[in-house]
Amino acid sequence: MAAEGQQHPLKIYYMVWILLFVVSFFSYMVDILEFHGMTRWTLIIVFMLVKAGFIIAIFMHMKWERLAFKIAILGPPVAILVLISLMSLEGGYVENSRIQNYGESTFEAETPGHH
Amino acid sequence: MSEAVLDSGAAEAPGTKGLVEDWARDKQVFGVPWGKAMMWIFLLSDTFIFSCFIVGYMSVRIASTDPWPVPSEVFALTMFGHSIPLVLIAIMTFILITSSGTMALAVNMGYRKDRKKTFWLMVATAVLGASFVSMQAFEWSKLISEGVRPWANPFGAAQFGSSFFMITGFHGLHVSAGVIYLLVIAFRVKNGFYEKRGGNYEIVEITGLYWHFVDLVWVFIFAFFYLW
Repeated sequence: MAAEGQQHPLKIYYMVWILLFVVSFFSYMVDILEFHGMTRWTLIIVFMLVKAGFIIAIFMHMKWERLAFKIAILGPPVAILVLISLMSLEGGYVENSRIQNYGESTFEAETPGHH
Repeated sequence: MSEAVLDSGAAEAPGTKGLVEDWARDKQVFGVPWGKAMMWIFLLSDTFIFSCFIVGYMSVRIASTDPWPVPSEVFALTMFGHSIPLVLIAIMTFILITSSGTMALAVNMGYRKDRKKTFWLMVATAVLGASFVSMQAFEWSKLISEGVRPWANPFGAAQFGSSFFMITGFHGLHVSAGVIYLLVIAFRVKNGFYEKRGGNYEIVEITGLYWHFVDLVWVFIFAFFYLW
């Protein structure tokens, strides 16, 4: 069977397909229902990870690959977390230096308005 | 090629034992066709490229002292007399998910050697992809007409424009390339190109990997750029 490639019942594809629609609808609702702050960010991340997980696991068949292959492909992107943390520290530092040296923003938005 | 993988003799152990055996035994490490391994490694490198763009966007958004434009207002469309936030982006998201579904079915039909269904499902995927790119073109022209430029925009921080054009542009380029790739493979499936090569339809799965990756990247762009 392994030589024949990835053959799975159609049912699982339909289920994931529907699930992706539902979760996408939820993430759109996060914007419509105007969640803000921590709630908003948490919901966005959770829905994003659920969708990404199902696409990789089922549609891209990673669930059925061998562990050696899973680790080789899914392991390296974990290093991106280091980049994310370093760049957010750096971003905060740059913002502080800008405020100290140039003062607060004087930007006047045209349309659409801002909160 | 796939025969070589099975030459290891003994049955392949699952889990961590299998991990050790795959690496320690004198055999090909990854039990997948070479084309699939190569596509995954390409996608891995592409993951890093997109990550650099999105992390760069995060960095300039944190560092900007000007207010960041509110995406749900910038990307709102007026339909039926109401301003609906992010509506075009939502439609684009659903189109891309639909195309992922048709692609997954195409891969399955490919392994069943149902060439006709594989062909039409791949064509459907390509058509959905093309409509996605068209909507993106519409979105770009709308924003450009409103004065959004890579160096400035009327809504807030200047970095908004550069991040937007860079990230969605690079993604749109991937979708466009994917449409061409899909059509090439679809017509090869149709005209029996792979029948002459032993009737092996792994290529449909490999094409599918690329297409699902494009959808996957959109999931992250949707979350971090449009919803955040």
